[in-house]
Amino acid sequence: MLVPNNAEVKIKIGERVRRGQALTHTSNSVPAIHASSSGTVSTIAPHAVVNRSGQLLDCITIETDGKDESIEPLATLQPTADNKQQCLDRLRECGIVGLGGAGFPTAIKMGTDKTIDTLVINAVECEPYITCDDMLMQEQAPRVINGAEVLATLLSANEVLIGIEDNKPEAIKTMQAAASDAERVKIVIVPTIYPSGGEKQLIQLLTGKEVPSGGLPADLGVVCVNTATAASSFDALHNGLALIERVVTVTGAGVKNPGNYLTRLGTPIGELLDYAETDHRVYQQLRMGGPLMGVPIQDTTSPVLKITNCILAEAEQVQQAEQPCIRCGDCVRVCPAKLLPQQLYWYTRATEFEKAEDHGLFDCIECGCCDYVCPSHIPLVDYYRHAKFEANNIKTERARSDRARIRFEEREQRLERKAAEKAALRAAKLKKLKEREAAKAADDKNAQDDKQDEIAAALARVKAKKEKNND
Amino acid sequence: MTETSQTKLIPGNSNKSIGSVMRQVLYALIPGTLLMSWIFGWGVLTNLLLATLFCLGFEVIAVKCRQRSVKIALSDYSAVVTAWLLAISLPPMMPWWMLMIGCCFAIIVAKHFYGGIGNNPFNPAMVGYVVLLIAYPLQMTQWLAPSHLVEQLPSLSHTLAVVFAGADLGIDAITMATPLDTMKTDLGLSKTLSEIRSTALFGNLAGAGWEWIAALYALGGLYLVYLKIIPWQTPLALIAGMGVMATVFTLAMPDHYAPPTFHIITTGCILGAFFIATDPVSGCSSTRGRVIFAAGVGAIAYIIRGWGGYPDGIAFGVLLMNMAAPLIDHYTVPKAYGQSS
Repeated sequence: MLVPNNAEVKIKIGERVRRGQALTHTSNSVPAIHASSSGTVSTIAPHAVVNRSGQLLDCITIETDGKDESIEPLATLQPTADNKQQCLDRLRECGIVGLGGAGFPTAIKMGTDKTIDTLVINAVECEPYITCDDMLMQEQAPRVINGAEVLATLLSANEVLIGIEDNKPEAIKTMQAAASDAERVKIVIVPTIYPSGGEKQLIQLLTGKEVPSGGLPADLGVVCVNTATAASSFDALHNGLALIERVVTVTGAGVKNPGNYLTRLGTPIGELLDYAETDHRVYQQLRMGGPLMGVPIQDTTSPVLKITNCILAEAEQVQQAEQPCIRCGDCVRVCPAKLLPQQLYWYTRATEFEKAEDHGLFDCIECGCCDYVCPSHIPLVDYYRHAKFEANNIKTERARSDRARIRFEEREQRLERKAAEKAALRAAKLKKLKEREAAKAADDKNAQDDKQDEIAAALARVKAKKEKNND
Repeated sequence: MTETSQTKLIPGNSNKSIGSVMRQVLYALIPGTLLMSWIFGWGVLTNLLLATLFCLGFEVIAVKCRQRSVKIALSDYSAVVTAWLLAISLPPMMPWWMLMIGCCFAIIVAKHFYGGIGNNPFNPAMVGYVVLLIAYPLQMTQWLAPSHLVEQLPSLSHTLAVVFAGADLGIDAITMATPLDTMKTDLGLSKTLSEIRSTALFGNLAGAGWEWIAALYALGGLYLVYLKIIPWQTPLALIAGMGVMATVFTLAMPDHYAPPTFHIITTGCILGAFFIATDPVSGCSSTRGRVIFAAGVGAIAYIIRGWGGYPDGIAFGVLLMNMAAPLIDHYTVPKAYGQSS
């Protein structure tokens, strides 16, 4: 089980845990993680986890005992007007995060202070090959609809839009049946075009509004959650169950039993592949996620995460040599963010990251459409990831140097002020001294004058005496 | 749970490569070129063959000097496209050394001096053409007479003698100005439009024979639009740029200016619209930018046709707009998702 960043581990090595038991403390921004089966905690240490950098991350390993004992579920919590905070805490305690792939804590999304009119349920699969949400809707549509209802009540939203792609007739049927009683729930069928499953793209498709650049859907009065997230939220609030399992699509080259598997979190990916009878000699690379945005899997002991929607075994692909960009504009035509991918590429190559930012670098959702169509076979998204990294570096660097400059200027000012104060003090002292000297001099003069007066008087007396004697 | 069948559309085509794009462009040029050689004889094919050989040769030399992979450079077919566009822009039966100079400027100077494919600010074929036009204005404005005006087109042996041995064109190969050139000269001599167009050089809409060549090139261009290799906006904008200018002047003085149909249905305009202004490398990147670019080419070409020193202005229009392309790009960055509010 992956320990999220900044989470505080609650249990010790050797401790026995039961299914659903929280392994970490809950904080405002970090929902808890839970034991997905009963057993003994064997290690708490860095372990291989699927991520882009290939870094080892802190994980808790549980030796399962096969008994799969669970803790008592929490009490049912029905969202009402005055228990919102309680419900949000419950979502955190039960470890609910976005199951579409981003893993954003659902409680934070639900806790927005903006007025929300519309809840969008994203039932559009992220990428080709992935069918986990489709399967969930076919088999457990009422759970999804209930989840949508509960979350809509929590947000006080008066409309729920569920976007489903037109290549899922079964799911559409079951969902429509399940939603027949729910008045505010509307099921919208959308065309199957990648990347409609992107949050911003789906919101535009369903509401016609664009999420402002750098903003959130909540700015439009919209909150968007994934199908599986809605279902798990219902489990958490209504059934008091923590998030310990999810549907994972396992498919690709060499997978003899491709399909959707309800998988406990923390299951080693290799075991899941073996369960689906995968011939490990056939595929060339494993990916977590889809073929376009999926992250390569380096180590099959990596655990299934909350965001693991798909394990894809990719067949060997002909690697075509990268050729120069001829600015054909095919990437412009497919970019769902309406960017100029080729210009971003040129600016990235020229290390003009600020220009790239002006051209909307951070509006790029890294969907990989441009990569896919590029006739020069340029790995464009890799360039954009690099550019984003560098642009952020420059920003941090600039912020740091700005701080240093301000600090330096303030110090200079402080020194100047001190020097000025000192000078003023010295001047005052000097003035005082001078005054005192002047006063003293005046005193001396007075004394001298007095003396002279005395002398004069004495002389006068002598003179007077002489004159008297002469008489 | 079980697998459901899943198909998901990603707009676009992942099997495209630079080579496949360029090959399609070459296919699109075939019908027009065939008709052109039917009308003007072997001279068109010698142009084509020699230009291709020279361009490929210069490409190899340049790529070797720059220590790049020759195989990759040749497999993208861009040099062949440059050669072909240059060859069909030039009068048939060009002497071999003139072709060599044109190809040298196109490939070595305009393309590889600037960093090779993808980096050239100017359209290589048009650079080669303009260099020859400025250096050898006389030869560049003398076309062979189309087949319906002469008894016999120059034979293959005669063509080869002219191309390689510098032989005189001789009595059986009559050269004459193109319809566009004739129109310009005769309008300058104050002839009326109907007088000019009554000669056998002119057909129903434009030059006799020429109008059909233009039509076939347009057909090839539409094929590229259909394949989405070129955007439809560019040719339309160029034709509109030229058409609007021609319409304004025709309406003002119908006897002194040729109608828009005459200007548009010329090989220069059609080739420029579908094959030259659509060069992505030296053009603009956004759709709005491309429209401005192409309309500019059309308008400039019309101005040069009307008041400039050369019979046609497409090449100059393209090069001038190439210069303006970075500026246009700067002012036409489209609003990204979420930036409109």
